[in-house]
Amino acid sequence: MINVSDILETISMIQDENLDIRTITMGISLLECCDSDIDRACEKVYDKITRKAQNLVKTGDEIEKQYGIPIINKRIAVTPISMLLASSKGDPVKYALAMEKAAKECGVNLIGGFSALVHKGFSAGDLELIQAIPEALNVTTRVCSSVNIGSTKSGINMDAVKLMGGIVRRSAELTADRQCVGATKLVVFCNAPEDNPFMAGAFHGVGEPDCVINVGVSGPGVVRCALAKAGIACDITAVADVIKKTAFKITRMGQLVAYEASKRLDVPFGIVDLSLAPTPAVGDSVAHILEEMGLEQCGCHGTTAALALLNDAVKKGGVMASSHVGGLSGAFIPVSEDAGMIAAAESGVLTLEKLEAMTAVCSVGLDMIAIPGDTSEEIISAIIADEAAIGMVNSKTTAVRVIPAIGLDVGDHLEWGGLFGSAPVMKINKTSPAVFINRGGRIPAPLQSLKN
Amino acid sequence: MRAVITVIGKDMVGILAKISTICAEYNVNVSDVTQSVLQDMFAMIMMVDISKMTIGFSEFSDKLGEQGKALGLSVHCMHEDIFNSMHRI
Repeated sequence: MINVSDILETISMIQDENLDIRTITMGISLLECCDSDIDRACEKVYDKITRKAQNLVKTGDEIEKQYGIPIINKRIAVTPISMLLASSKGDPVKYALAMEKAAKECGVNLIGGFSALVHKGFSAGDLELIQAIPEALNVTTRVCSSVNIGSTKSGINMDAVKLMGGIVRRSAELTADRQCVGATKLVVFCNAPEDNPFMAGAFHGVGEPDCVINVGVSGPGVVRCALAKAGIACDITAVADVIKKTAFKITRMGQLVAYEASKRLDVPFGIVDLSLAPTPAVGDSVAHILEEMGLEQCGCHGTTAALALLNDAVKKGGVMASSHVGGLSGAFIPVSEDAGMIAAAESGVLTLEKLEAMTAVCSVGLDMIAIPGDTSEEIISAIIADEAAIGMVNSKTTAVRVIPAIGLDVGDHLEWGGLFGSAPVMKINKTSPAVFINRGGRIPAPLQSLKN
Repeated sequence: MRAVITVIGKDMVGILAKISTICAEYNVNVSDVTQSVLQDMFAMIMMVDISKMTIGFSEFSDKLGEQGKALGLSVHCMHEDIFNSMHRI
């Protein structure tokens, strides 16, 4: 017999503490859709996605009903489109439109994979795809794009870093009339994981099976409530234990949903991503967990240590709860998607420099940060280079998703609503790194890469 | 296959009767009931067997939800696996 207090605990986690499954993401390989004729390739892309994912949303809804656990998003990740473009040539935007149409047909809100992996250099299709990103994000609403520009094994492709500064800026410029939304769907990675279920950076890696189900859990609200119940008298070791136990429970639920989705869709289960993903909803904030630990506001001194503790404890608790763990797995710190981060950025306590330090100890990078509209391409490139360096040296994933707020400056806001939230434009250091960025070339792989 | 029905809200006459009537209507057997009243807040947990249920899980869950809304209570029906996986290793 299940214990009454366990039942009530689960119910209150879901009802009051915003526990949910953030996403069930179906990864679909498009390698078989390669064709020398781009229109035929696009047809194949549409057919394969709609065939594989036709029941994704329906199945997600059924699982949600059966277990009473909200499943917020059902999404699709596909093979990096640059690989298809290598065979077909032609206008890459056609692929984006085919993805958009397929996503609409399947009823998913985002589809990832308008991507290129260029960490060591550009191969056929890569450059054309990257140059088409701003337009692809302009003419679609569901397509997400990512570019991997560095890795611990290969170093950082500084030519790509230079290029991406301009691409990020143009993505914002083309969508300036829609709150620069283009740049919210573009992620620049170092050490991009091939099985990440979270958007906008999800794509289906080449080492993955034909079709796979990956699940991303959530639950910052649950962790914060557990810490609040533990009180301020417990020491840091006890804090870590509370987080571990809570993460275990959250992940078990993710594992159950992943297993069930995989069975019902007859698609292999890939991984559970152990990320604490916040939403702008009250009580669903990673910043508030850090503040519950005893920081006056997120961004003050001590934030990096608190985040390191949180990130590590989430992994330790989650890893035993799932048979396969992967993706990004850690705490997310997107500014616009986290009520506590937004407040801290608005009050000036949380700065870009502090966020950069925080990315060294958590799962992603500078995420969903609005920067002044007059920020130059070189500065955006330099922000990307700094983040990539942190990822490369620490053998971890880092990413940059900054949104140049065209026509706006510090003190203004970009508002997207929904999961993307709202972003206060943050102050940045405008000293020029132009000469460094314009050199191009490649930062050699660090000594850490020589593990054999 | 078993599910857990939870009813939380203000205590009143006939909660158990109304919920178990819905169960009976769709051939759902109630195997265990635990209830407690804290001040005037009422919490009832029913363990039910849904293997011979005559409608789909979603519809059954919706019926209970509607009844709950009519009574001003929060009524949820969840498959037992979620509790087993969260609280048992």
